[in-house]
Amino acid sequence: MSALLTVAGLGKRFGGFVALDGIDLEVQAGERLGLIGPNGSGKSTLVNCICGTLQNEQGSVRFADETIDGLSAHQRTRRGLARSFQLPRPFAGLTLAENVRIPILYAVNARPSGHLHGAAIDERCLELLALVGLAAKARQRPRDLTQIEMRKLELARAMAADPKLLISDEAMAGLSHAEVDEIIALLIRLNEQGVTVIMIEHIMRAVMEFSQRIACLVAGKKIADGSPKDVVRDPEVVRAYLGE
Amino acid sequence: MRGVTFTLILLGIALAIFALGRWFGSSYAFFMGYVVLQYIVLGTAWNILGGYTGYVNFGVTAFFAIGAYSTVVLHKLIPAMPLPVMIVIGGGLAGLVGLGTGYLTLRLRGVFFSIATLALAVVVQTLITNWDFVGGARGAYVLRPRVAPLIGGEYVQYLFLMMLIMCVIVLATARAIERSALGYGFAAIRDDEGAAEASGVPTLRLKLIATGLSGGFMGMAGAPLPYYVTYLDPASGFSLNYAVNAIAMPLIGGTSSWAGPVIGAVLVGGLQEYLRVTISSAVNVLVAGVLMVAFVIAAPQGIVGLFQRKRK
Repeated sequence: MSALLTVAGLGKRFGGFVALDGIDLEVQAGERLGLIGPNGSGKSTLVNCICGTLQNEQGSVRFADETIDGLSAHQRTRRGLARSFQLPRPFAGLTLAENVRIPILYAVNARPSGHLHGAAIDERCLELLALVGLAAKARQRPRDLTQIEMRKLELARAMAADPKLLISDEAMAGLSHAEVDEIIALLIRLNEQGVTVIMIEHIMRAVMEFSQRIACLVAGKKIADGSPKDVVRDPEVVRAYLGE
Repeated sequence: MRGVTFTLILLGIALAIFALGRWFGSSYAFFMGYVVLQYIVLGTAWNILGGYTGYVNFGVTAFFAIGAYSTVVLHKLIPAMPLPVMIVIGGGLAGLVGLGTGYLTLRLRGVFFSIATLALAVVVQTLITNWDFVGGARGAYVLRPRVAPLIGGEYVQYLFLMMLIMCVIVLATARAIERSALGYGFAAIRDDEGAAEASGVPTLRLKLIATGLSGGFMGMAGAPLPYYVTYLDPASGFSLNYAVNAIAMPLIGGTSSWAGPVIGAVLVGGLQEYLRVTISSAVNVLVAGVLMVAFVIAAPQGIVGLFQRKRK
């Protein structure tokens, strides 16, 4: 069986700065992958290249047996690739229900398979908000939310696109211990529903608990890829985080 | 279905207004009403791009004048052409220019887009001023027929009726957008373009729809102008008034709903007309300016926003 996501020889430069250099990465369907690396190692750039926010100059990205290089971000979302943003970026002028409505209207309904109308959309919006525990605030606006609720809304909106692969970009930064547990439980629940998840995170406890496999980026190169235990003991990973 | 009901109600109101005007029989009422209606169309057109999609267009006069000058050209080439056809052509041309500008400038965001539209207005005005066929800087005369076709009576009644019909079309379109997937897409772009794209919204295509529609409606609003003023020169066709009012009226009425530009146009347009008659004709831009500043500070959501807040 071929992988759900295959990144091959991916390279991205910003002027003279090499942000990503020959990244190879495979993610199997149903997998939970943790992506770690120090600040500035290229994790977010990699996510942006996979999601189409940035276009890679070298290498290629294959998703669900299709090369998606050159496709714009909305085309990739429609094919089943969703992301949450590191800093929550809700649609501030819309209610929570309307926030999750956008991907239903534009990603789910753009597919030949799914056509939701009228009351079915309203129902699905509430269902998505209930999934992250925000159903009671469906008619409120994002400015009324707390930090963790904002992260949950981010995830709900990403899930609204009904993705095959969800990339969660630092959904837990700045949250308390209990809140981190809540988000991990949420991501695992989504994974059990059949969504492949890539989690980018600095909180090692969360990464270790969540991931079946971990990949580590340092200075735009992938230096380790394997089971969580092996990766955190890898001497190169230790050196990257703690120095010589 | 509710869209159809709304359009029928609008048509009913429009008919009632027109019947009232006929009964009243004052040509001044028609001349004044035309201006207010024109601003409802202009304000709503601006609001589709500025209010719903969040792209502030300062180049209103470019699109408005393209509509007006296309009528001048058509009048010179085929004097017998019916006005509704001219309106459709003028709107179509302005819509195409809107699409083109959108394609060239929509990679610019925020204030940079606004500056580009300002530049567009200057470019179009320069071209028109140097185009002899439409009178250049001297301007052009367009003789208004004495009697209105179809309905009889003064020609201004016919102009008023045309503008009334345009109001119905533009308002029905604006309200349909608000309640459709298109409206949600526009709102997503307004709030966060990157997040919209990540949610599957084809942002470029939607922005082109917005610039095309907005520009087209502005052109439609401008197309009957030569018949209204009978003498059109670049200074009046590209007058700052149109741009200021088309922005001020939605802001004062409220940009979130189709009702906003209507309220703004009736209120500000009416007040301007009243002051023009009672005080001086130069005071009307001042009114729009002062009111706009006041509302931006005191009620950024406009009059519609004030009512929505009360209801909560």
